[in-house]
Amino acid sequence: MEFKNLVIIGGGPAGLAAAKSAYDSGERDILILERESELGGILNQCIHNGFGLHTFKEELTGPEYAQRYIDEINDRKIEYKLNTTVIDVSRDKIVTYVSSNDGLVEINAKAIIFACGCRERPRGAINIAGMRGAGVYSAGTAQKLVNIDGYMPGKEVVILGSGDIGLIMARRMTFEGAKVKAVIELMPFSAGLNRNIVQCLNDFDIPLHFSHTIVEVVGKDRVESVLVAKVDEKLNPIMETAFSIPCDTILLSVGLLPENELAKNASVELSNITGGAIVDDSMMTNVDGVFQCGNVLHVHDLVDFVSAESEVAGQCAVNYINGKARSAEKIEILTTNGVRYCVPEIILKDNEFKPLALKVRVANVFKKVKLQVLLDDNILISKNRAVVAPGEMENIALTSEQVQKLKTANKIEIKLVSEVL
Amino acid sequence: MKDIIIIGSGIVGSSIARELSRYSVSVTVLEKGNDVSVGTTKANSGIVHGGFDAKSGSNKAKFNIAGNAMFDKLSEELQFPFIRNGSLVLCFDENQAEALESLYEKGIGNGVEGLEIISGEKVRELEPNISEKVHSALFAKTGGIVSPYEMNIAYAENAYNNGVEFQFLKEVIEIEKNEEIFSVKCSDGSVLQSKIVINCAGVFSDEINNLVCEEKLHIIPRKGDYILLDKVHGDLCTHTLFQLPTKMGKGVLVTPTTHGNILLGPTAVDVDSKISLSTKRNELDSIYESAQNTVPSISKRMIITAFSGIRAHSIGDDFVVGESKVKAFYNLAGIESPGLTSAPALAVHIANEISTKYELNKNEKFVATREAIPHFAVMDNAKRLECIAKNPLYGNIVCRCEMITEGEIVDSIKRPLGAKDLDGIKRRTRAGMGRCQAGFCTSRVMEILSRELEISMLEVTKSGVNSEMLLGRTK
Repeated sequence: MEFKNLVIIGGGPAGLAAAKSAYDSGERDILILERESELGGILNQCIHNGFGLHTFKEELTGPEYAQRYIDEINDRKIEYKLNTTVIDVSRDKIVTYVSSNDGLVEINAKAIIFACGCRERPRGAINIAGMRGAGVYSAGTAQKLVNIDGYMPGKEVVILGSGDIGLIMARRMTFEGAKVKAVIELMPFSAGLNRNIVQCLNDFDIPLHFSHTIVEVVGKDRVESVLVAKVDEKLNPIMETAFSIPCDTILLSVGLLPENELAKNASVELSNITGGAIVDDSMMTNVDGVFQCGNVLHVHDLVDFVSAESEVAGQCAVNYINGKARSAEKIEILTTNGVRYCVPEIILKDNEFKPLALKVRVANVFKKVKLQVLLDDNILISKNRAVVAPGEMENIALTSEQVQKLKTANKIEIKLVSEVL
Repeated sequence: MKDIIIIGSGIVGSSIARELSRYSVSVTVLEKGNDVSVGTTKANSGIVHGGFDAKSGSNKAKFNIAGNAMFDKLSEELQFPFIRNGSLVLCFDENQAEALESLYEKGIGNGVEGLEIISGEKVRELEPNISEKVHSALFAKTGGIVSPYEMNIAYAENAYNNGVEFQFLKEVIEIEKNEEIFSVKCSDGSVLQSKIVINCAGVFSDEINNLVCEEKLHIIPRKGDYILLDKVHGDLCTHTLFQLPTKMGKGVLVTPTTHGNILLGPTAVDVDSKISLSTKRNELDSIYESAQNTVPSISKRMIITAFSGIRAHSIGDDFVVGESKVKAFYNLAGIESPGLTSAPALAVHIANEISTKYELNKNEKFVATREAIPHFAVMDNAKRLECIAKNPLYGNIVCRCEMITEGEIVDSIKRPLGAKDLDGIKRRTRAGMGRCQAGFCTSRVMEILSRELEISMLEVTKSGVNSEMLLGRTK
């Protein structure tokens, strides 16, 4: 058995930012465990730009953004292991990992930060009927094949789902000479960022069919076509409206799921809504000394917010390791009236009056609304929004003074209010 | 010239090949696909049936009972996953109790041991997640579950190790018999000769029979769709749960798999095509709804994939087993459920018949055992450490959902009758069978295949000919 103060699972943007911040908070006994052959996580295959506008006030590509953090890790000489997969985390914080070099190792950690990201929802999870020939890829798999490996998974493409990776891949495949025939979206709105719809679809005249879905995949050995139909208000396909689109490839961009099987083994309590842990404002889960940040906690649209959230986790993990007293008193944030969730879900009633960001997603597209934070039914913050959508996370930044009020309130509520009313 | 040609390397062809390899006889298996277990055997319920359901006196009943009894020893010898988990036939309606009783009687008549009718309360004790509406059930303790393709692969590997030759991409299109010699012609132009031909061609067994026999067979392809649930819901049930057939239909089963998933299905729809394995939306919906009658807490969020298989339904509704009117031409046709359970017994039966008739000598070098790929996910930590020390590739986890290592994947490619494509690796190792359905490991597994088979990435296929994964390079 080995011992470490802080073990960080995952060397992507969340893990790197958490490690940097833990180091800067004074911790030196840190180990990052990364299953891939390089640090940087999924950013390495995101070669498009648009990263870093909040963090660095400039537009970077994914690998550039990752490199900034990798440099910070190397400057601080923080230990990390590559090609190393964590296979178990126990409730008493024993992390078991395997690699070719080290074999199988158990580490007893004082604190653990889960920063292991999310995975893509597969075809089966959305129940698309039809044949099972080659040519059905998740958008992220296709992105890796194109951007890292240099191969084309197909030439004539239909994309199901208008999540950001799907939109980005529509443009990417077009650049590489493929014909993207359509993007099909089940909902009447996109799950992706508006800027991506404009820059990745509209600029290339790629049609986006809202309220449609793929009802059948045709092609025994390789995809030959898809059958697409309109859906009714209950999202059930109306088969009379079905039409066929010939294609050799289907890319699925139908949602991301926090990857929490390890956390579950460690008895971490998960949210049914986010799929990630339920955390307090120190990013700690119900298990003492176990923290989460980044896409394993809840799926973000912007890496900048992942980094910011993870820095909080790193710093709070160090406080925990150092034995800093924690308030036992806590208060749950209520999300009502069109607000689907807020992370963190719980606020500790302590005296940590530092700036804090509440990350909020709405349940539907709403126009002309106010997004409000209420303390004991009094408005703390009210933001006017011309439109809010599930695809765009709302980041409500609170000042130290606002946090002080938050932490002394007896009821915290976040809701949408129609401006018209 | 060979002594024996077996057409088809599904569970029937492969098990017969293995049983014949006990004798000093030259055997070639001709397979239309590029791997073993690519037809009916790869997609079915994976149930080792108790034998109470088959018509009394039928081949199905006889071979089911005999086959079932062989699984404990076989699964040890050949190291394939098998669990005798017991099965329950659920009766949801007091008025149906009589039908349950007659199923029990039929089972007793067929010679099934350990049959018992139990009350709804007792059922819920055994299966806490089961519907409150269950009135009673037939409990068959001898029922089991098996990984059908792993059983098939194990049989084939063992046959191969004992001297059987396997030839792939050999679609038989003509069979001629001249003076006791069969000339078997394949679509690639090759012709092989043998003294005996054994037709194990599954859904195509009628077509093969009809090439030589006056007495024609007719196989109806009967498609069944299935739904697979995530392992995290693997504790929904421990027994195989059938529904007692009613006027409303045959119902679907809910069963654990040997790997800890929950399987729902199948439907039964007669189709025109023997090759088109296409799930249908309405069928998947009907499975889901019917399965909820058994276990109400099943939800769509638990689903990780759906697939379909085709059974070879014979219009005679029984297995066609044995020598045809054409001397030395043997048929194993219409081997639908309980075909998987029956296969070991069918194989012994055919091998006995041929060895007796042709006075075959024992193969003194026959080895009955076969070693499976060591599966990292199911080892304890000490064994894992030892395994990585021996082969560092076991330290590289490629499929994170199922915890499959590079060592296992390389082994699956390098071993006898090794995997040649992604689906072949999946059936041998489970890489890509987990909840992300190969989202993360696809490109890694493709790289390993390309490296080990020394082929270009562009030649890597999902399931053989015409299923290339990539269609070119980037600009």
